[in-house]
Amino acid sequence: MAKGGGSARSGRLVLGAAILAAILAAGVTGLLVNIFEHKQEAKNPFFRVVEITDEIEDPIVWGKNFPQQYDLYSRTVDQVRTRYGGSEGVPRTPTDADPRSVVAQSKLEEDPRLKAIWAGYAFARDFREERGHAFMLEDQSFTERQLAVKQPGSCMNCHASVYVPYKKLGGGDLTAGFEKMNQMPYSEARTHVEHPIACIDCHDPETMQLRITRPGFMEGMQALKASQGVADYDVNKSATRQEMRSFVCAQCHVEYYFKGAEKRLVYPWHKGLKVEEILDYYDEVGHKDWVHAASGAPALKAQHPEFELWSQGIHARSGVACADCHMPYRRIGAMKISDHHVRSPLLNVSAACQPCHKWPEEELKSRVEEIQDRTYGLRNHAMDALVALIEDLGKAKESGRSDEELSAARQMQREAQFRIDFVEAENSTGFHAPQEAARILGEAIDIARKGQLAVRDLALKTP
Amino acid sequence: MRAGSAFGIVLGILVGATAGIGGYTFLYAKGGSYLTNDPEACTNCHVMREQFDGWMKSSHRNVAGCNDCHTPHAPVPKYATKAENGFRHSLAFTSGRFPEPIEITPHAREITEQACRHCHEEIVEAIDTGRHGDEKLSCIRCHRSVGHLR
Repeated sequence: MAKGGGSARSGRLVLGAAILAAILAAGVTGLLVNIFEHKQEAKNPFFRVVEITDEIEDPIVWGKNFPQQYDLYSRTVDQVRTRYGGSEGVPRTPTDADPRSVVAQSKLEEDPRLKAIWAGYAFARDFREERGHAFMLEDQSFTERQLAVKQPGSCMNCHASVYVPYKKLGGGDLTAGFEKMNQMPYSEARTHVEHPIACIDCHDPETMQLRITRPGFMEGMQALKASQGVADYDVNKSATRQEMRSFVCAQCHVEYYFKGAEKRLVYPWHKGLKVEEILDYYDEVGHKDWVHAASGAPALKAQHPEFELWSQGIHARSGVACADCHMPYRRIGAMKISDHHVRSPLLNVSAACQPCHKWPEEELKSRVEEIQDRTYGLRNHAMDALVALIEDLGKAKESGRSDEELSAARQMQREAQFRIDFVEAENSTGFHAPQEAARILGEAIDIARKGQLAVRDLALKTP
Repeated sequence: MRAGSAFGIVLGILVGATAGIGGYTFLYAKGGSYLTNDPEACTNCHVMREQFDGWMKSSHRNVAGCNDCHTPHAPVPKYATKAENGFRHSLAFTSGRFPEPIEITPHAREITEQACRHCHEEIVEAIDTGRHGDEKLSCIRCHRSVGHLR
């Protein structure tokens, strides 16, 4: 009896030990497999499943070899606001002329001063917050600006994947194709392009290295380097990898103008990247975007000089590239890839800011927003001053003052306006270079008020 | 009795299998390398690859490896720290739960501070002593790039 009970107990003991050992074995095997998987992760950074050539523009094909990057790239469809930037989805009823069912909020409705500032120019008709890269071609094809003024094919340079189309049009010569497309009407150029920005616009298909594909940028950099005493600069040969991580973005996120009847896209950096250096260049070549409807001033519209403003800031000075904040590294298994979901760092503070700044996310975000609050306040003061000058000039013009009498004040409008627009059109509300943005807006206020004084002096002088 | 010996055999097989798989796992994961001072051991899991690459280009590469700055210099605390870090790292890497960019723990930071002083005591003693207030000086706050950047 006692013996039988003992054997049952030892049986239970053995059974218990066996179960324990089995669980342990399962656990260790699980760990072994986990280690094996991690080792496999580290082995192959990517698998070549299709051959990519210099003729393949469709990002879906590239995405077969680089599914992670492609997946992230595809996410630029999201519409998320930050305090001052980003886009909100605004529903609209599609029409035959414009099939979009969602657009971004109208900046003209948000701030009617913009209408007064751009009076007589296409931007006074339709100007919305920019949406993500995924929408760049669609939004440009259907903006009402297309109806206001005939747009040239040059616009494609930044709103479409043009590398392959340029090469096809130029018979293999990139620059020749660029020149051909510039001269086309927008609608004709539109038939030559298919995709918004794609892999091939920044990457060499052989090596995946970054490369410059826009002839206008190559020429712009050449002009800039020449002004600094560097002759025959070839950006694709001389730029460092870290420089390229900004330059590929700077092919489009810059100020530019269309030169002459051939509508050649020119980056106005012949005297430097600062706002007054660009203005100097425009004055020298006698460029104006339009004549202001109310004041008659030869006005300029800055586009989106992110690269130029960033160049004046502390991040540029410290060697931080566009991609460091807008495409920060992201770990996917063993791979560390740059985040191709290009967006505001404010939506991604930990990955974008914290690798360098060891502060809590909330602290970093509030630092940025404080800079933006201040810039936005200054921008409002500057816009009020400019609108006041435009009103004064308009009244003086109506009262019969001659062009000669008004020319000095009109030049001041041109200069104040370009400065304000330089900060307004730039997508960071001052963050890319806070002190430079404040300097530019401060000077704009001063110039606009001096312009008003010049108009007042005129009124006092002769009856 | 028969049932008992059958259980004994099953138990023996299971314990042996566990020991075998465990031993193989240890070898496969290069477990032994963690007992050495070789910085390569720290890149066994690829998470530390950047730190390793940064160290390869750092000013300290010729005079100090990972352990010189990240473990205490006395043998017992050294291996206790290695065990603690080893456990933390394996848990984090296996579960996939760790912050990105990876962070040093306050305790590990303190060890690193001591390691700076271990070699540079003579130079920093004058800086470190005779200061007013409670604020303790931190070497790596200013000399972040010495060992490895990121």
